[in-house]
Amino acid sequence: MTDLHKTGAVGEPVRPDTAPPTAYLDVRDLRIHFPTDDGLVKSVDGLSFRLERGKTLGIVGESGSGKSVTSLGIMGLHTVGQYGRGKARISGEIWLNGKELMTADPDEVRRLRGREMAMIFQDPLSAMHPYFTVGHQIVEAYRVHNDVDKKTGRKRAVELLDRVGIPQPDRRVDDYPHQFSGGMRQRAMIAMALVNNPDLLIADEPTTALDVTVQAQILDLIRDLQKEFGSAVIVITHDLGVVAELADDILVMYGGRCVERGPAEQVFHTPQHPYTWGLLGSMPRIDREQTERLIPVKGSPPSLINVPSGCAFNPRCPYADVPADGITRTERPELRPVAGAEGGRHHSACHMSQEERTRIWTEEIAPKL
Amino acid sequence: MFAYIVRRLFAAIVMLLVVILVTFGIFFAIPKFTGTDPALMYVGKQADPEAIEGIRQKLGLGKPILGQFWDFVSGLFAGRDYSGGGTSAHCPAPCFGYSFKHDLPIWPELKDKLPVTLTLAGGACVLWVIGGVLTGVVSALKRGTLWDRTAMTVALAGVSLPIYFTALLSLAVFKYQLGWAESAGTAFGDDPVGWFRGMILPWVTLAFLYAAMYARLTRATMLEVLGEDYIRTARAKGLREPVVIGKHAMRSTMTPILTILGMDLGALVGGAILTETAFSIKGLGAAAVTAINERDLPMILGVTLITASAVVFANVVVDLLYAVIDPRVRLS
Repeated sequence: MTDLHKTGAVGEPVRPDTAPPTAYLDVRDLRIHFPTDDGLVKSVDGLSFRLERGKTLGIVGESGSGKSVTSLGIMGLHTVGQYGRGKARISGEIWLNGKELMTADPDEVRRLRGREMAMIFQDPLSAMHPYFTVGHQIVEAYRVHNDVDKKTGRKRAVELLDRVGIPQPDRRVDDYPHQFSGGMRQRAMIAMALVNNPDLLIADEPTTALDVTVQAQILDLIRDLQKEFGSAVIVITHDLGVVAELADDILVMYGGRCVERGPAEQVFHTPQHPYTWGLLGSMPRIDREQTERLIPVKGSPPSLINVPSGCAFNPRCPYADVPADGITRTERPELRPVAGAEGGRHHSACHMSQEERTRIWTEEIAPKL
Repeated sequence: MFAYIVRRLFAAIVMLLVVILVTFGIFFAIPKFTGTDPALMYVGKQADPEAIEGIRQKLGLGKPILGQFWDFVSGLFAGRDYSGGGTSAHCPAPCFGYSFKHDLPIWPELKDKLPVTLTLAGGACVLWVIGGVLTGVVSALKRGTLWDRTAMTVALAGVSLPIYFTALLSLAVFKYQLGWAESAGTAFGDDPVGWFRGMILPWVTLAFLYAAMYARLTRATMLEVLGEDYIRTARAKGLREPVVIGKHAMRSTMTPILTILGMDLGALVGGAILTETAFSIKGLGAAAVTAINERDLPMILGVTLITASAVVFANVVVDLLYAVIDPRVRLS
């Protein structure tokens, strides 16, 4: 347990468990591990963050960094339907609107799902049941939480489809998912998520499966709807462009942990972690010379079974030979506040001293971007 | 949707014609090439040439094969008169031919046996679908537990044990030891309880074999479906787990089960030969065995045609049910 609490609420004082948090969503030291034949996969390993209503948090990272596992964890979807399989081991706290979800009754969490917190999935084609009409699936989501008849439910579905920009919603409501185009399906998926006015909306790679032209429309839609409904939104993506479009705050995940987080502007303009630099360097930009090449992050994501004992990014870090600041290389760097950052919410977890990182960023990285 | 139905029905009819042609060809053309005269089978070994010639005329065996085929197909729809050698007989539609051995049209014979086989297949089918699918679903939901392992071991045994073994075993225990069951053969109209006690062992024995296959198929399909994204979506909506499983997952799981159900049922209508023999049930399967033993070619042809028609018909029904279940089939 001491180990669990060492990294506590990252960068912020660990409060006694009795004190209910003030933030709308407060995730504390979330750990989600999966036992497999090869060993324990530590998909999420000590993640903490907060989110207020009306704000958007972008969780960024490459495949296998634990982004999606985190979102399913918040929804409580690792604890239902795990029939006979090696069950996920989950610890930590998830406070939603003053209620702790990990210790709550599973049926109570179920009733929050779809009503208080809803989710948009990556691939709307596979995420919708092919055998039921779009309308049926939206009405189902509405009626499970509202005691209304089918007619009222259908009216609500048409209303929502109209709101997310589906033409002729009263006709399309009876169509099947395969009769919709990719963008339409994602709109319908969003309608399904919003049908109960959830206060927390989690969008897991909402635009990855879509055409580029449609991506911008969907992002606009999510932003507009957030303004209208005032929900808290978590956008999970590997695409920094999506985050730049939507997020107030950014959380960069690597190897199941947070390596950097803070207000979007600060993370974009004065990124503090070599991995964040790598992500920025591998993002294509229209205003860059054609001849310049993207700078990929070298190597591949770490195995989540044998995470390096020190910094998980160490094997891929181009600055791994820079002397560590105060701690040994084998020790795991904790999230530390970035000195001088406005508002004091910008944190990063790196071995290098802040002076060194600021120097590298301004002299070596920033000019190339 | 209408075009889909018409297309399926048309394909089914073509299929049936091909089946008739091939079966007819095998049974009537091959004896011609091998030099065995079907007329000889009819009259027996000590027949005078005159009688043989009469039979040949009566059955139209002298005609070219295509002519005989035409006679046969038109007989199916319009009935047929056999005359020659001083005797004549009328075979009303549907005329499946004229039995060598019994000197009778085949259709009435088949018509008598068909309900017996249908009862056997139908009753067993209800048992195995309920038993197999339930076992499969529960096994999938309890994957890796003692229940799952036990059920799958029993299912493996069910798939591997031949019916003449399980049939005799069940007879020995439930009929001769415990006396719960009776011999099959009591008509339902005479004594419903006796009929039921006669049919229960054949039903259970036949169902056990199929239930085992269906349990394994259901389990595998269910596990696959549970990994689908739309199941996760259903849970994310806040649906209760029984709804997620019973509605969202079951709907998809039923599709492959329906496919093999159609084929299995169709094939069973042609007679569960082993089951009927083991329990002395006088259905199509037993008739087929008798006909083969007696070299009663027209009868074999008749049973084959019934079986083939049943399989084709069952597949048409399955195709139509597909369209009901899966909108992607219906609307494309």
